[in-house]
Amino acid sequence: MNDIIIMVIISLGTLFILLAAIGLLRMPDLYLRMSVTTKAATLGVGLILIGLALYYMETSITTRVIAIIVFLLLTAPISAHVIGRAAYFVGVPMWKKTKIDDLKGMYNTKTHDLMSGLEDEEEEQPEAED
Amino acid sequence: MNIDDFLTYIILPILSTSSLMVFIRFLIGPTLPDRVVALDLLITIGISIIAVYSIITHRPSFLDIAMIFALIAFLSTVAFSFYLEKRKRNE
Repeated sequence: MNDIIIMVIISLGTLFILLAAIGLLRMPDLYLRMSVTTKAATLGVGLILIGLALYYMETSITTRVIAIIVFLLLTAPISAHVIGRAAYFVGVPMWKKTKIDDLKGMYNTKTHDLMSGLEDEEEEQPEAED
Repeated sequence: MNIDDFLTYIILPILSTSSLMVFIRFLIGPTLPDRVVALDLLITIGISIIAVYSIITHRPSFLDIAMIFALIAFLSTVAFSFYLEKRKRNE
């Protein structure tokens, strides 16, 4: 009975990793590919590691598995954000059907500072209160 | 069905196929950030292959290597993106 639960959990994790690989190969754009690697692959690896912890059922191994899962959950969004920011600065082209680019013109290209786009409204706001 | 046979004959081929597909993206990726993302996913699939292999061979000490792989994946991604931004800024 315990083996069947482990098999089901590991099969789910493998399915998510396969979907992540297919998505990385088929998606048309870097930013869409990054969403696949961040979410699906992290969930798949987490499920496989949970299956491993259920297989051994020891405290030391469960501790290591929890440490790896927490580390992956902490670092996957950070690395996706950092590589996406670098790719946007380098000028990786978006998919041709992309409708909205909210960051267009908001970044200073020299200093890499981000503007909010509300600088003009803050100056007008005291007049509106009067 | 034994769990070792299940992992050896079903799970490991699927993981190998998915790592092969990621490696194709690593080869044909048009830009450098594509290759960095593919490398990140390749190391993540490597962690799961190590976990499955640790179940098959009954050696739980392979988990330490998986932990180090997770560290290396994060460090390499951050270092590559830092290098990309610096290269763009100095041009």
